[in-house]
Amino acid sequence: MKTSQPSINIQRTFGQIRKNWGLYVLLLPAVVLLLCFSYKPMYGVLIAFKDYSPALGISDSPWAGFKYFEKFFNSYQFSRTIKNTLIISIYSMVTFPIPILLALMVNQMRANRFKRVFQTVTYMPHFISTVVMVGLLLILFSPSNGLVGNIYQLFGAEAPNLMGSASLFSSVYVWSDVWQHAGWDSIIYIAALSSVDPSLYEAATVDGASRWQKIRYIDIPMLMPTAVTLLILRVGGLLGVGFEKVYLMQNNLNISSSEVISTYVYKIGLLSNQYSFSAAINLFNTVINFILLILVNQISKKFSDSSLW
Amino acid sequence: MELMKATTSASARTVNNQSSDKLLEILLYVCAAVILIVLVYPLFFIVIASFSDPSAVANGQVWFFPKGFTLDGYKELLRHDNIWIGYRNTILYTVVGTAIGLTVNISAAYALSRKDLVGRKWISLFFIFTMFFSGGLIPTFLTIQEFHLYNTFLVMVLPFSVVVFDIIVARTFFQTSIPGDLWEAAQIDGCGNLRYFVQIVLPLSKAVISVLGLWIAVGYWNSYFNALIYLKNQNLYPLQLILRNILITNQMQSNMGSGEAAAVALRLANMMRYSVIIISTIPIMCIYPFVQKYFNQGVMIGAVKE
Repeated sequence: MKTSQPSINIQRTFGQIRKNWGLYVLLLPAVVLLLCFSYKPMYGVLIAFKDYSPALGISDSPWAGFKYFEKFFNSYQFSRTIKNTLIISIYSMVTFPIPILLALMVNQMRANRFKRVFQTVTYMPHFISTVVMVGLLLILFSPSNGLVGNIYQLFGAEAPNLMGSASLFSSVYVWSDVWQHAGWDSIIYIAALSSVDPSLYEAATVDGASRWQKIRYIDIPMLMPTAVTLLILRVGGLLGVGFEKVYLMQNNLNISSSEVISTYVYKIGLLSNQYSFSAAINLFNTVINFILLILVNQISKKFSDSSLW
Repeated sequence: MELMKATTSASARTVNNQSSDKLLEILLYVCAAVILIVLVYPLFFIVIASFSDPSAVANGQVWFFPKGFTLDGYKELLRHDNIWIGYRNTILYTVVGTAIGLTVNISAAYALSRKDLVGRKWISLFFIFTMFFSGGLIPTFLTIQEFHLYNTFLVMVLPFSVVVFDIIVARTFFQTSIPGDLWEAAQIDGCGNLRYFVQIVLPLSKAVISVLGLWIAVGYWNSYFNALIYLKNQNLYPLQLILRNILITNQMQSNMGSGEAAAVALRLANMMRYSVIIISTIPIMCIYPFVQKYFNQGVMIGAVKE
């Protein structure tokens, strides 16, 4: 009897699979696409350890060991790109409470009409494309004929060249991001606030609490779990500053503070065709991000019961 | 005595609260008004500047109304075929890409939402792993070349259509909104998985389909990265890449001569930067108010923890 138990289980499993074959058909397209375009490139990561030559292909190219990693660690771009990447992500992390403030504001608005308009307007910039966003910055911040230039002119002052300044690059990047996305990012907090039990507010009113006190002792504690989870996720993406916006904002004047890892990977790889070197830098970045994410997820599990998987 | 004291202090507190609440109310609406102005005015400025004489814009005469009303910026757009080719391409990529993306992601999400899927845990891991680890730019680029997708229509709509985050959102929706009893009942009636999915589940899932459809469509409309990496042929360029050339790398200005003709060309190029922003952003801004409630819904669906 005991020996046949596993085989019955196996039979049952196979029966289940056969019965639900339709579900596997539904999964098939996504699985095939991921195999081809996510997992296959993961195998291609091997070129980071090889002297890749297109003629030989991935598997026949000669091994290079950690040559390209060492090359990156020893180049002056190593500290520069990592420093720039970190500055930008830590700076954006500082603006983290802004969506929370917006959500608290929306939650306090009694006039429904105004509230709706406010939400519509604050979400709207999120849908502007990155290209148009950077185009807007260039137009508005142009010292000669932009809006900012005109405002300076009103006061008879000389406008700074915001887009061509290395020292101001991170500020322009981060605050334009806040302008564009803070409203959208507040949605999740607004949702969390709308799920607060109204009897809590009623009880607070009976106890003579002011609106300030309700915000302080009801709203903010309610938002803490969401805020902590999102903040922890941000820490996990510390070295993951995206390519699209930084690349568009780069120019010769600000390059010393605008070269981040992802833009450097692109330039080395596709503009100067050093495939193995680029793949090595990229892999280094991915691995650091992956380790950070796992670490942060462990910490999050420990302190807030919330984890990604 | 004690009681009276308590009541008086409570009423004093109420009076106090009323004034502090008033203060809060005023502060709230003042802040909100400032935020609205900061968000709306730059966009409003672009709109009026697009109808204004560029020298008036440059001299700081345009603040609240167009100055020296002109449609030259828009007329100039008509002369640039590549903008309209880009427009057409973007519409094609958006429509086809969204159709593929929805099909692939929604069906995978449904399968993963079913508790009786054998191997569910491992298949989920197979999906989720790709969110956190990837081959990176060059290995992906080489793969695309190997499949002969470089510089094709297909590369813009197929290889990167699986979005694991969207799958998770849809899976959560299916788990929480489609009652399990329905499948039991359908099964008794001899209905197979595929027919059940198409005829019963999909009609019940309009909310999540609209949300994901809109997310995916906006993503296609706005992205330029894949085109930058994987396209070489100008005739395949999406609008955003053309916009990049006009707005950021100023390619329109580089091939100009000198003298008066150049001054005219420069003026037109400047005007076109405003009008091109307007016409490329208008489709999304027009649809946006109508679909706003779905976007909110989507974030809420996504926020529901399993």
